Amino acid sequence: MSLAKAIATGDLAELPSRRDEDWRWTDLRGLVRTIPEQSKSFVGNLAPGVFDGLAEQVVSIVNGEIRTGMTIAAGGEHVVAVRYIAAPGATAHSAAPKLEIGNGRVVLLETFEGADGGYLSEIDLSLDIKAGGHVERIVLTDDAADAVSVARCNVTLAPGASFSQTVILGGAKRQRIETHVAHPGGGASVRLDGLYLLDQRRHGDITTVVTHTGVDGVTSQMTKGVVRDQARGVFQGRIIVAHGADKTDAKMRHDALVLSDRAEVDAKPELEIYADDVSCAHGNTVGALDEEALFYAEQRGIPALEAKAMLTEAFVADVVDRIEHEGARAVVRALVADKLRGQASTGGQGQ
Amino acid sequence: MLSIKDLHVSIDDKAILKGLSLSVPAGEVHAVMGPNGAGKSTLSYALAGRPGYEVTSGTATLDGVDLTALDPSERAAKGVFLSFQYPTEIPGVPALTFIRTALNAQRKARGEAEISAPDFLRMAKEKAGSLKMDFDMLKRPLNVGFSGGEKKRMEILQMAMLAPRLAILDETDSGLDIDALRIVSEGVNAMRAPDRAMLVITHYQRLLDYIRPDRVHVLAAGRIVASGGPELAHELEREGYDKYAQVAA
Repeated sequence: MSLAKAIATGDLAELPSRRDEDWRWTDLRGLVRTIPEQSKSFVGNLAPGVFDGLAEQVVSIVNGEIRTGMTIAAGGEHVVAVRYIAAPGATAHSAAPKLEIGNGRVVLLETFEGADGGYLSEIDLSLDIKAGGHVERIVLTDDAADAVSVARCNVTLAPGASFSQTVILGGAKRQRIETHVAHPGGGASVRLDGLYLLDQRRHGDITTVVTHTGVDGVTSQMTKGVVRDQARGVFQGRIIVAHGADKTDAKMRHDALVLSDRAEVDAKPELEIYADDVSCAHGNTVGALDEEALFYAEQRGIPALEAKAMLTEAFVADVVDRIEHEGARAVVRALVADKLRGQASTGGQGQ
Repeated sequence: MLSIKDLHVSIDDKAILKGLSLSVPAGEVHAVMGPNGAGKSTLSYALAGRPGYEVTSGTATLDGVDLTALDPSERAAKGVFLSFQYPTEIPGVPALTFIRTALNAQRKARGEAEISAPDFLRMAKEKAGSLKMDFDMLKRPLNVGFSGGEKKRMEILQMAMLAPRLAILDETDSGLDIDALRIVSEGVNAMRAPDRAMLVITHYQRLLDYIRPDRVHVLAAGRIVASGGPELAHELEREGYDKYAQVAA
Protein backbone atom coordinates (compact mmCIF):
# COMPACT_ATOMS: atom_id res chain seq x y z
CA MET A 1 0.00 0.00 0.00
CA SER A 2 1.46 3.30 -1.11
CA LEU A 3 0.77 6.44 -3.08
CA ALA A 4 2.95 5.04 -5.90
CA LYS A 5 0.76 1.93 -6.12
CA ALA A 6 -2.39 4.01 -6.11
CA ILE A 7 -0.98 6.12 -8.95
CA ALA A 8 0.00 2.99 -10.90
CA THR A 9 -3.35 1.23 -10.47
CA GLY A 10 -5.77 4.12 -10.06
CA ASP A 11 -7.08 2.30 -6.99
CA LEU A 12 -7.89 4.63 -4.10
CA ALA A 13 -7.81 1.69 -1.70
CA GLU A 14 -4.03 1.55 -2.16
CA LEU A 15 -3.63 4.94 -0.45
CA PRO A 16 -2.27 4.90 3.10
CA SER A 17 -4.91 6.00 5.56
CA ARG A 18 -5.16 7.05 9.17
CA ARG A 19 -5.90 3.45 10.07
CA ASP A 20 -2.26 2.65 9.31
CA GLU A 21 -0.40 3.52 12.48
CA ASP A 22 2.53 5.02 10.55
CA TRP A 23 0.22 7.24 8.51
CA ARG A 24 -2.29 8.33 11.11
CA TRP A 25 -1.10 11.95 11.03
CA THR A 26 -0.60 12.08 7.26
CA ASP A 27 -3.80 10.55 5.99
CA LEU A 28 -3.95 10.32 2.19
CA ARG A 29 -7.06 8.24 1.70
CA GLY A 30 -9.30 10.79 3.41
CA LEU A 31 -7.78 13.54 1.28
CA VAL A 32 -7.38 12.24 -2.27
CA ARG A 33 -10.80 11.70 -3.89
CA THR A 34 -9.70 10.60 -7.35
CA ILE A 35 -6.44 9.43 -8.86
CA PRO A 36 -5.83 11.50 -11.99
CA GLU A 37 -4.31 10.24 -15.24
CA GLN A 38 -0.57 9.81 -15.12
CA SER A 39 1.52 12.91 -15.82
CA LYS A 40 2.52 13.42 -19.45
CA SER A 41 6.13 13.76 -20.52
CA PHE A 42 7.34 17.28 -20.13
CA VAL A 43 8.75 18.97 -23.21
CA GLY A 44 10.57 22.22 -22.66
CA ASN A 45 13.39 23.84 -20.83
CA LEU A 46 13.88 23.82 -17.10
CA ALA A 47 14.80 26.88 -15.05
CA PRO A 48 18.11 26.46 -13.21
CA GLY A 49 18.06 24.74 -9.83
CA VAL A 50 19.39 26.17 -6.57
CA PHE A 51 22.22 23.63 -6.36
CA ASP A 52 23.33 23.68 -10.02
CA GLY A 53 26.34 25.87 -9.28
CA LEU A 54 27.68 23.45 -6.68
CA ALA A 55 27.27 20.22 -8.62
CA GLU A 56 29.47 18.58 -11.22
CA GLN A 57 26.45 16.67 -12.49
CA VAL A 58 22.76 17.61 -12.49
CA VAL A 59 20.17 14.87 -12.89
CA SER A 60 16.57 15.91 -13.53
CA ILE A 61 13.64 13.61 -12.97
CA VAL A 62 10.67 15.43 -14.47
CA ASN A 63 7.11 14.15 -14.04
CA GLY A 64 8.60 10.87 -12.91
CA GLU A 65 10.88 10.44 -15.96
CA ILE A 66 14.60 10.15 -15.45
CA ARG A 67 15.90 12.45 -18.21
CA THR A 68 19.63 11.89 -17.96
CA GLY A 69 21.47 8.87 -16.69
CA MET A 70 21.81 8.56 -12.98
CA THR A 71 25.12 6.89 -12.35
CA ILE A 72 27.90 8.17 -10.20
CA ALA A 73 31.51 7.45 -11.05
CA ALA A 74 33.27 5.32 -8.46
CA GLY A 75 35.98 6.66 -6.18
CA GLY A 76 36.93 10.22 -5.34
CA GLU A 77 34.65 13.06 -4.38
CA HIS A 78 31.50 13.85 -6.30
CA VAL A 79 28.79 16.44 -5.85
CA VAL A 80 25.60 15.51 -7.67
CA ALA A 81 22.39 17.52 -7.84
CA VAL A 82 19.17 15.57 -8.30
CA ARG A 83 16.05 17.53 -9.16
CA TYR A 84 12.62 15.95 -8.84
CA ILE A 85 10.33 18.24 -10.75
CA ALA A 86 6.57 18.28 -11.19
CA ALA A 87 6.28 20.47 -14.28
CA PRO A 88 3.27 22.70 -15.03
CA GLY A 89 0.40 20.41 -15.93
CA ALA A 90 1.74 17.46 -13.93
CA THR A 91 -1.04 15.21 -12.62
CA ALA A 92 0.30 12.04 -10.97
CA HIS A 93 3.62 10.27 -11.25
CA SER A 94 6.16 8.20 -9.42
CA ALA A 95 9.73 7.12 -9.93
CA ALA A 96 12.10 4.73 -8.22
CA PRO A 97 15.70 5.72 -8.94
CA LYS A 98 18.51 3.57 -7.61
CA LEU A 99 22.03 4.59 -6.71
CA GLU A 100 24.97 2.46 -5.74
CA ILE A 101 27.86 4.22 -4.09
CA GLY A 102 31.21 2.56 -3.63
CA ASN A 103 34.44 3.82 -2.16
CA GLY A 104 34.45 7.63 -2.03
CA ARG A 105 32.60 10.68 -0.86
CA VAL A 106 29.38 11.69 -2.53
CA VAL A 107 27.29 14.73 -1.78
CA LEU A 108 23.72 14.39 -3.05
CA LEU A 109 21.88 17.68 -3.34
CA GLU A 110 18.24 16.89 -3.95
CA THR A 111 15.37 19.25 -4.60
CA PHE A 112 11.66 18.59 -4.86
CA GLU A 113 10.11 21.27 -7.04
CA GLY A 114 6.58 21.58 -8.27
CA ALA A 115 4.14 23.86 -10.03
CA ASP A 116 0.55 24.49 -8.90
CA GLY A 117 -2.12 22.15 -10.19
CA GLY A 118 -2.58 19.62 -7.44
CA TYR A 119 -0.20 16.90 -8.59
CA LEU A 120 0.42 13.62 -6.79
CA SER A 121 4.04 12.48 -6.64
CA GLU A 122 5.98 9.68 -5.04
CA ILE A 123 9.71 9.20 -5.38
CA ASP A 124 11.32 6.05 -3.97
CA LEU A 125 15.07 6.35 -3.93
CA SER A 126 17.29 3.37 -3.11
CA LEU A 127 20.76 4.15 -1.88
CA ASP A 128 23.19 1.32 -1.53
CA ILE A 129 26.32 2.57 0.21
CA LYS A 130 29.18 0.10 0.00
CA ALA A 131 32.21 -0.22 2.27
CA GLY A 132 34.31 2.96 2.19
CA GLY A 133 31.40 5.01 0.94
CA HIS A 134 30.41 8.28 2.56
CA VAL A 135 27.23 9.99 1.48
CA GLU A 136 25.87 13.32 2.57
CA ARG A 137 22.33 13.85 1.35
CA ILE A 138 20.70 17.26 1.50
CA VAL A 139 17.07 17.57 0.51
CA LEU A 140 15.25 20.85 -0.08
CA THR A 141 11.56 20.84 -0.85
CA ASP A 142 9.66 23.44 -2.79
CA ASP A 143 6.44 21.58 -3.53
CA ALA A 144 3.29 23.48 -4.50
CA ALA A 145 0.82 24.27 -1.72
CA ASP A 146 -1.86 22.09 -3.35
CA ALA A 147 0.39 19.09 -4.03
CA VAL A 148 0.55 15.66 -2.43
CA SER A 149 4.19 14.63 -2.35
CA VAL A 150 5.76 11.57 -0.77
CA ALA A 151 9.47 10.81 -0.91
CA ARG A 152 10.91 7.64 0.48
CA CYS A 153 14.58 6.80 0.67
CA ASN A 154 15.81 3.33 1.53
CA VAL A 155 19.43 3.31 2.60
CA THR A 156 21.50 0.17 2.88
CA LEU A 157 24.77 0.82 4.59
CA ALA A 158 27.91 -1.35 4.71
CA PRO A 159 30.00 -1.62 7.88
CA GLY A 160 32.38 1.33 8.08
CA ALA A 161 30.35 3.43 5.66
CA SER A 162 28.55 6.60 6.64
CA PHE A 163 25.35 8.36 5.73
CA SER A 164 24.47 11.91 6.73
CA GLN A 165 21.21 13.57 5.83
CA THR A 166 19.56 16.95 6.25
CA VAL A 167 16.04 17.41 4.94
CA ILE A 168 14.41 20.83 4.81
CA LEU A 169 10.63 20.73 4.39
CA GLY A 170 8.45 23.60 3.27
CA GLY A 171 5.32 21.46 3.23
CA ALA A 172 2.50 20.94 0.74
CA LYS A 173 -1.14 19.93 1.00
CA ARG A 174 0.41 16.71 2.25
CA GLN A 175 4.16 16.22 2.15
CA ARG A 176 6.17 13.44 3.67
CA ILE A 177 9.87 12.68 3.57
CA GLU A 178 10.51 9.19 4.81
CA THR A 179 13.95 7.66 5.37
CA HIS A 180 14.71 4.05 6.22
CA VAL A 181 18.24 3.04 7.12
CA ALA A 182 19.48 -0.51 7.52
CA HIS A 183 22.36 0.10 9.91
CA PRO A 184 24.90 -2.73 10.10
CA GLY A 185 26.98 -1.31 12.97
CA GLY A 186 30.63 -2.17 12.54
CA GLY A 187 31.71 1.44 12.83
CA ALA A 188 29.12 2.70 10.36
CA SER A 189 27.66 6.03 11.32
CA VAL A 190 24.42 7.76 10.50
CA ARG A 191 23.30 11.34 10.98
CA LEU A 192 19.66 12.08 10.20
CA ASP A 193 18.68 15.70 10.60
CA GLY A 194 15.58 17.54 9.57
CA LEU A 195 13.90 20.89 9.59
CA TYR A 196 10.33 21.75 8.76
CA LEU A 197 9.28 25.36 8.23
CA LEU A 198 5.56 25.45 7.60
CA ASP A 199 3.01 28.20 7.20
CA GLN A 200 -0.56 28.73 5.97
CA ARG A 201 -2.25 25.32 5.68
CA ARG A 202 0.84 23.36 4.72
CA HIS A 203 1.56 19.91 6.08
CA GLY A 204 5.05 18.48 6.41
CA ASP A 205 5.97 15.05 7.78
CA ILE A 206 9.44 13.78 8.58
CA THR A 207 9.45 10.05 9.23
CA THR A 208 12.59 8.03 9.89
CA VAL A 209 13.29 4.42 10.75
CA VAL A 210 16.81 3.29 11.62
CA THR A 211 17.36 -0.38 12.27
CA HIS A 212 20.60 -1.29 14.01
CA THR A 213 21.47 -4.91 13.39
CA GLY A 214 25.18 -5.11 14.27
CA VAL A 215 27.58 -4.22 17.07
CA ASP A 216 29.10 -0.70 17.23
CA GLY A 217 26.76 1.51 15.30
CA VAL A 218 26.26 5.25 15.74
CA THR A 219 23.12 7.24 14.94
CA SER A 220 22.60 10.89 15.69
CA GLN A 221 19.34 12.62 14.90
CA MET A 222 18.35 16.26 15.25
CA THR A 223 15.04 17.54 13.94
CA LYS A 224 13.55 20.96 14.46
CA GLY A 225 10.33 22.51 13.30
CA VAL A 226 8.66 25.89 13.10
CA VAL A 227 4.93 26.00 12.36
CA ARG A 228 2.63 29.00 12.11
CA ASP A 229 -0.84 29.92 10.79
CA GLN A 230 -2.77 26.63 10.43
CA ALA A 231 0.20 24.51 9.41
CA ARG A 232 0.84 21.03 10.74
CA GLY A 233 4.21 19.42 11.36
CA VAL A 234 4.71 15.71 11.95
CA PHE A 235 7.81 14.00 13.26
CA GLN A 236 7.97 10.23 13.58
CA GLY A 237 11.38 8.90 14.49
CA ARG A 238 11.98 5.26 15.24
CA ILE A 239 15.26 3.66 16.18
CA ILE A 240 15.27 -0.10 16.47
CA VAL A 241 18.22 -1.81 18.09
CA ALA A 242 18.03 -5.49 17.26
CA HIS A 243 19.04 -8.28 19.60
CA GLY A 244 22.85 -8.46 19.61
CA ALA A 245 23.43 -4.93 18.29
CA ASP A 246 25.43 -4.07 21.39
CA LYS A 247 27.46 -0.87 21.83
CA THR A 248 24.94 0.96 19.71
CA ASP A 249 25.08 4.69 20.35
CA ALA A 250 21.85 6.33 19.21
CA LYS A 251 20.57 9.78 20.01
CA MET A 252 17.42 11.44 18.78
CA ARG A 253 16.12 14.96 19.39
CA HIS A 254 13.05 16.73 18.11
CA ASP A 255 12.23 20.31 19.07
CA ALA A 256 9.45 22.40 17.60
CA LEU A 257 8.23 25.96 17.87
CA VAL A 258 4.53 26.57 17.46
CA LEU A 259 3.96 30.20 16.55
CA SER A 260 0.18 30.33 16.38
CA ASP A 261 -2.77 28.88 18.26
CA ARG A 262 -4.07 27.05 15.22
CA ALA A 263 -0.80 25.46 14.14
CA GLU A 264 -0.10 21.90 15.24
CA VAL A 265 2.83 19.57 15.80
CA ASP A 266 2.51 15.82 16.25
CA ALA A 267 5.62 14.00 17.37
CA LYS A 268 6.36 10.38 18.08
CA PRO A 269 9.98 9.59 18.95
CA GLU A 270 10.41 5.87 19.57
CA LEU A 271 13.26 3.67 20.71
CA GLU A 272 12.79 -0.06 20.41
CA ILE A 273 15.73 -1.72 22.09
CA TYR A 274 16.29 -5.47 22.11
CA ALA A 275 20.03 -5.40 22.92
CA ASP A 276 21.48 -5.13 26.43
CA ASP A 277 24.53 -2.92 26.24
CA VAL A 278 23.52 0.25 24.42
CA SER A 279 23.60 3.99 24.87
CA CYS A 280 20.33 5.39 23.54
CA ALA A 281 18.48 8.59 24.31
CA HIS A 282 15.71 10.71 22.91
CA GLY A 283 14.29 14.11 23.72
CA ASN A 284 11.28 15.97 22.47
CA THR A 285 9.96 19.49 23.11
CA VAL A 286 7.13 21.47 21.55
CA GLY A 287 6.61 25.05 22.68
CA ALA A 288 6.24 28.71 21.90
CA LEU A 289 8.90 31.39 21.55
CA ASP A 290 10.40 32.42 24.86
CA GLU A 291 8.48 35.55 25.92
CA GLU A 292 11.29 36.61 28.25
CA ALA A 293 13.84 36.52 25.45
CA LEU A 294 11.46 38.39 23.18
CA PHE A 295 10.94 41.21 25.68
CA TYR A 296 14.67 41.36 26.39
CA ALA A 297 15.44 41.83 22.68
CA GLU A 298 12.70 44.41 22.29
CA GLN A 299 13.98 46.31 25.33
CA ARG A 300 17.32 46.60 23.56
CA GLY A 301 15.59 48.22 20.58
CA ILE A 302 14.89 45.27 18.26
CA PRO A 303 11.29 45.59 16.96
CA ALA A 304 9.01 42.66 17.81
CA LEU A 305 8.81 41.20 14.28
CA GLU A 306 12.57 41.32 13.83
CA ALA A 307 13.16 39.92 17.32
CA LYS A 308 10.85 36.97 16.58
CA ALA A 309 12.65 36.28 13.30
CA MET A 310 16.04 36.49 15.03
CA LEU A 311 15.03 34.06 17.79
CA THR A 312 13.42 31.68 15.30
CA GLU A 313 16.50 31.66 13.08
CA ALA A 314 18.65 31.02 16.13
CA PHE A 315 16.39 28.14 17.08
CA VAL A 316 16.91 26.33 13.77
CA ALA A 317 20.55 27.33 13.27
CA ASP A 318 22.21 24.20 14.65
CA VAL A 319 20.45 21.93 12.16
CA VAL A 320 21.90 24.03 9.33
CA ASP A 321 25.31 24.20 11.05
CA ARG A 322 25.55 20.41 10.97
CA ILE A 323 25.53 20.32 7.16
CA GLU A 324 29.06 19.29 6.27
CA HIS A 325 29.31 20.54 2.67
CA GLU A 326 30.21 24.20 2.96
CA GLY A 327 28.60 25.42 -0.24
CA ALA A 328 25.35 23.59 0.44
CA ARG A 329 25.34 24.88 4.01
CA ALA A 330 25.55 28.47 2.75
CA VAL A 331 22.73 27.91 0.22
CA VAL A 332 20.52 26.29 2.85
CA ARG A 333 21.26 28.96 5.44
CA ALA A 334 20.24 31.75 3.05
CA LEU A 335 17.08 29.93 1.94
CA VAL A 336 16.06 29.20 5.52
CA ALA A 337 16.55 32.85 6.54
CA ASP A 338 14.53 34.03 3.52
CA LYS A 339 11.80 31.56 4.20
CA LEU A 340 11.48 32.44 7.90
CA ARG A 341 11.42 36.15 7.18
CA GLY A 342 8.96 35.70 4.32
CA GLN A 343 6.67 33.56 6.47
CA ALA A 344 6.86 36.05 9.34
CA SER A 345 5.93 39.01 7.15
CA THR A 346 3.14 37.38 5.15
CA GLY A 347 1.74 35.38 8.05
CA GLY A 348 -1.29 36.53 9.91
CA GLN A 349 -3.95 33.89 9.52
CA GLY A 350 -4.65 32.49 12.91
CA GLN A 351 -1.86 34.43 14.58
CA MET B 1 14.27 64.70 31.62
CA LEU B 2 12.46 61.70 33.15
CA SER B 3 9.23 62.77 34.70
CA ILE B 4 6.82 60.31 36.29
CA LYS B 5 3.51 61.71 37.52
CA ASP B 6 0.93 59.87 39.61
CA LEU B 7 1.71 56.55 37.93
CA HIS B 8 -0.62 53.62 38.63
CA VAL B 9 0.42 50.18 37.37
CA SER B 10 -1.43 46.88 37.72
CA ILE B 11 -0.43 43.32 37.05
CA ASP B 12 -3.35 40.94 36.49
CA ASP B 13 -5.70 43.67 37.80
CA LYS B 14 -3.75 43.92 41.05
CA ALA B 15 -2.55 47.47 41.72
CA ILE B 16 1.20 47.53 42.43
CA LEU B 17 2.18 51.16 41.82
CA LYS B 18 -0.37 53.51 43.34
CA GLY B 19 0.37 57.08 42.37
CA LEU B 20 4.15 57.13 42.03
CA SER B 21 5.73 60.49 41.18
CA LEU B 22 9.41 61.02 40.51
CA SER B 23 11.63 63.32 38.43
CA VAL B 24 15.22 62.71 37.38
CA PRO B 25 16.88 65.70 35.67
CA ALA B 26 19.55 65.18 33.02
CA GLY B 27 22.99 64.54 34.42
CA GLU B 28 21.74 63.12 37.74
CA VAL B 29 21.77 59.69 39.30
CA HIS B 30 18.82 58.86 41.52
CA ALA B 31 18.44 55.80 43.69
CA VAL B 32 15.12 54.13 44.44
CA MET B 33 15.25 51.98 47.56
CA GLY B 34 12.54 50.02 49.21
CA PRO B 35 11.55 46.81 50.93
CA ASN B 36 10.73 43.65 49.02
CA GLY B 37 7.33 43.87 47.38
CA ALA B 38 7.27 47.67 47.33
CA GLY B 39 7.08 47.74 43.53
CA LYS B 40 10.72 48.44 42.60
CA SER B 41 10.92 45.93 39.74
CA THR B 42 7.40 46.88 38.64
CA LEU B 43 8.60 50.46 38.22
CA SER B 44 11.51 49.39 36.02
CA TYR B 45 9.41 47.01 33.91
CA ALA B 46 6.60 49.56 33.54
CA LEU B 47 9.10 52.15 32.27
CA ALA B 48 10.53 49.61 29.80
CA GLY B 49 7.07 48.51 28.64
CA ARG B 50 7.01 44.87 29.63
CA PRO B 51 3.79 43.12 28.50
CA GLY B 52 1.45 42.50 31.43
CA TYR B 53 2.43 45.69 33.28
CA GLU B 54 -0.62 47.80 32.67
CA VAL B 55 -0.47 51.54 33.24
CA THR B 56 -3.97 52.36 34.47
CA SER B 57 -3.37 56.09 34.99
CA GLY B 58 -0.66 58.71 35.23
CA THR B 59 2.23 59.49 32.87
CA ALA B 60 5.90 58.75 32.43
CA THR B 61 7.64 61.08 30.01
CA LEU B 62 11.21 61.15 28.74
CA ASP B 63 12.20 64.45 27.16
CA GLY B 64 8.51 65.29 27.02
CA VAL B 65 7.53 62.10 25.14
CA ASP B 66 4.97 59.86 26.86
CA LEU B 67 6.69 56.49 27.14
CA THR B 68 3.53 54.63 28.05
CA ALA B 69 2.21 55.05 24.50
CA LEU B 70 5.27 53.39 22.92
CA ASP B 71 6.31 49.79 22.23
CA PRO B 72 9.33 48.49 24.16
CA SER B 73 11.61 48.82 21.11
CA GLU B 74 10.39 52.37 20.44
CA ARG B 75 11.18 53.29 24.04
CA ALA B 76 14.65 51.83 23.59
CA ALA B 77 15.18 53.91 20.46
CA LYS B 78 14.13 56.99 22.48
CA GLY B 79 16.92 56.12 24.90
CA VAL B 80 15.42 53.89 27.61
CA PHE B 81 17.77 51.13 28.76
CA LEU B 82 16.91 48.62 31.45
CA SER B 83 19.67 46.59 33.03
CA PHE B 84 17.77 43.45 34.03
CA GLN B 85 17.94 41.96 37.49
CA TYR B 86 17.98 38.54 35.84
CA PRO B 87 19.34 38.94 32.28
CA THR B 88 17.77 36.51 29.82
CA GLU B 89 19.73 33.86 27.95
CA ILE B 90 19.45 34.07 24.14
CA PRO B 91 20.53 30.67 22.76
CA GLY B 92 21.96 30.66 19.25
CA VAL B 93 22.61 34.41 19.02
CA PRO B 94 26.21 35.47 19.68
CA ALA B 95 26.43 38.49 22.00
CA LEU B 96 28.17 40.58 19.33
CA THR B 97 25.46 39.83 16.77
CA PHE B 98 22.75 40.64 19.28
CA ILE B 99 24.27 43.97 20.32
CA ARG B 100 24.94 45.02 16.73
CA THR B 101 21.38 44.13 15.72
CA ALA B 102 20.06 46.18 18.64
CA LEU B 103 22.32 49.14 17.94
CA ASN B 104 21.43 49.24 14.26
CA ALA B 105 17.72 48.80 14.98
CA GLN B 106 17.86 51.82 17.32
CA ARG B 107 19.79 53.84 14.77
CA LYS B 108 17.32 52.93 12.05
CA ALA B 109 14.40 53.97 14.25
CA ARG B 110 16.09 57.33 14.80
CA GLY B 111 16.78 57.77 11.09
CA GLU B 112 20.55 57.30 11.51
CA ALA B 113 22.90 55.24 9.33
CA GLU B 114 24.02 51.77 10.44
CA ILE B 115 27.35 51.49 12.23
CA SER B 116 30.09 49.96 10.06
CA ALA B 117 31.43 46.54 11.04
CA PRO B 118 34.98 47.80 11.83
CA ASP B 119 33.67 50.72 13.90
CA PHE B 120 31.38 48.39 15.79
CA LEU B 121 34.15 45.88 16.53
CA ARG B 122 36.53 48.62 17.64
CA MET B 123 33.94 50.02 20.05
CA ALA B 124 33.03 46.55 21.39
CA LYS B 125 36.68 45.72 22.04
CA GLU B 126 37.31 48.99 23.82
CA LYS B 127 34.21 48.78 26.05
CA ALA B 128 34.76 45.08 26.83
CA GLY B 129 38.36 45.88 27.81
CA SER B 130 37.32 48.59 30.23
CA LEU B 131 34.89 46.15 31.87
CA LYS B 132 37.68 43.54 32.04
CA MET B 133 35.70 41.11 29.89
CA ASP B 134 37.32 38.47 27.74
CA PHE B 135 36.44 39.48 24.18
CA ASP B 136 35.88 35.82 23.21
CA MET B 137 32.91 35.81 25.55
CA LEU B 138 31.18 38.17 23.12
CA LYS B 139 31.33 35.52 20.43
CA ARG B 140 29.33 33.09 22.56
CA PRO B 141 25.52 33.01 22.59
CA LEU B 142 24.35 35.90 24.75
CA ASN B 143 24.29 35.05 28.47
CA VAL B 144 24.10 31.29 27.84
CA GLY B 145 26.08 29.57 30.57
CA PHE B 146 27.36 32.90 31.92
CA SER B 147 27.80 33.34 35.67
CA GLY B 148 25.69 35.94 37.48
CA GLY B 149 28.61 38.37 37.46
CA GLU B 150 29.30 37.83 33.76
CA LYS B 151 25.67 38.50 32.93
CA LYS B 152 25.72 41.79 34.85
CA ARG B 153 28.89 42.86 33.09
CA MET B 154 27.26 42.02 29.78
CA GLU B 155 24.36 44.29 30.76
CA ILE B 156 26.72 47.17 31.48
CA LEU B 157 28.60 46.50 28.25
CA GLN B 158 25.33 46.75 26.32
CA MET B 159 24.51 49.95 28.16
CA ALA B 160 27.88 51.39 27.17
CA MET B 161 27.41 50.34 23.54
CA LEU B 162 23.84 51.65 23.28
CA ALA B 163 24.58 54.91 25.18
CA PRO B 164 21.01 55.49 26.41
CA ARG B 165 19.44 58.76 27.57
CA LEU B 166 17.93 57.02 30.58
CA ALA B 167 19.58 54.02 32.24
CA ILE B 168 17.52 52.03 34.72
CA LEU B 169 19.60 49.62 36.80
CA ASP B 170 17.37 47.02 38.45
CA GLU B 171 19.12 45.36 41.41
CA THR B 172 22.39 45.41 39.52
CA ASP B 173 24.28 44.43 42.68
CA SER B 174 22.40 41.18 43.21
CA GLY B 175 24.57 38.15 42.60
CA LEU B 176 27.83 40.12 42.47
CA ASP B 177 30.87 39.51 44.61
CA ILE B 178 32.85 42.50 45.80
CA ASP B 179 35.31 42.57 42.87
CA ALA B 180 32.57 42.28 40.27
CA LEU B 181 30.58 44.93 42.11
CA ARG B 182 33.51 47.32 41.88
CA ILE B 183 34.07 46.68 38.14
CA VAL B 184 30.38 46.99 37.31
CA SER B 185 30.10 50.17 39.39
CA GLU B 186 33.10 51.72 37.65
CA GLY B 187 31.43 50.88 34.35
CA VAL B 188 28.27 52.63 35.48
CA ASN B 189 30.14 55.66 36.83
CA ALA B 190 31.98 56.01 33.53
CA MET B 191 28.57 56.42 31.91
CA ARG B 192 27.62 59.45 33.99
CA ALA B 193 27.11 62.33 31.60
CA PRO B 194 25.38 65.73 31.55
CA ASP B 195 22.84 64.48 29.00
CA ARG B 196 22.06 61.19 30.72
CA ALA B 197 19.84 60.30 33.65
CA MET B 198 20.19 57.16 35.74
CA LEU B 199 17.76 55.40 38.01
CA VAL B 200 19.45 52.92 40.35
CA ILE B 201 16.98 50.52 41.93
CA THR B 202 18.27 48.59 44.90
CA HIS B 203 17.28 46.94 48.13
CA TYR B 204 20.64 47.45 49.83
CA GLN B 205 22.74 50.53 50.48
CA ARG B 206 25.94 48.63 49.53
CA LEU B 207 25.77 49.48 45.81
CA LEU B 208 25.42 53.18 46.64
CA ASP B 209 28.89 53.18 48.22
CA TYR B 210 30.15 52.65 44.68
CA ILE B 211 27.57 54.52 42.62
CA ARG B 212 26.99 57.75 44.54
CA PRO B 213 23.45 58.99 43.93
CA ASP B 214 22.46 62.66 43.80
CA ARG B 215 19.08 61.83 45.33
CA VAL B 216 17.61 58.86 47.17
CA HIS B 217 13.91 57.99 47.08
CA VAL B 218 12.12 55.51 49.29
CA LEU B 219 9.48 53.36 47.54
CA ALA B 220 6.98 51.67 49.81
CA ALA B 221 3.59 50.17 48.97
CA GLY B 222 3.63 51.55 45.44
CA ARG B 223 4.50 55.19 46.12
CA ILE B 224 7.53 57.36 46.86
CA VAL B 225 7.18 58.08 50.56
CA ALA B 226 10.41 59.97 51.22
CA SER B 227 13.21 61.64 49.27
CA GLY B 228 16.52 63.03 50.35
CA GLY B 229 20.25 63.24 49.73
CA PRO B 230 22.72 60.32 49.83
CA GLU B 231 22.54 60.32 53.66
CA LEU B 232 19.02 58.87 53.41
CA ALA B 233 20.49 55.60 52.13
CA HIS B 234 22.66 55.32 55.26
CA GLU B 235 19.70 56.05 57.49
CA LEU B 236 17.77 53.24 55.79
CA GLU B 237 20.69 50.89 56.26
CA ARG B 238 20.73 51.67 60.01
CA GLU B 239 17.03 51.80 60.72
CA GLY B 240 15.44 49.61 58.07
CA TYR B 241 12.25 50.20 56.16
CA ASP B 242 9.81 49.67 59.02
CA LYS B 243 8.80 53.25 59.61
CA TYR B 244 8.14 53.79 55.88
CA ALA B 245 6.08 50.68 55.67
CA GLN B 246 3.86 52.20 58.36
CA VAL B 247 3.72 55.57 56.58
CA ALA B 248 2.64 53.84 53.41
CA ALA B 249 0.00 51.81 55.18
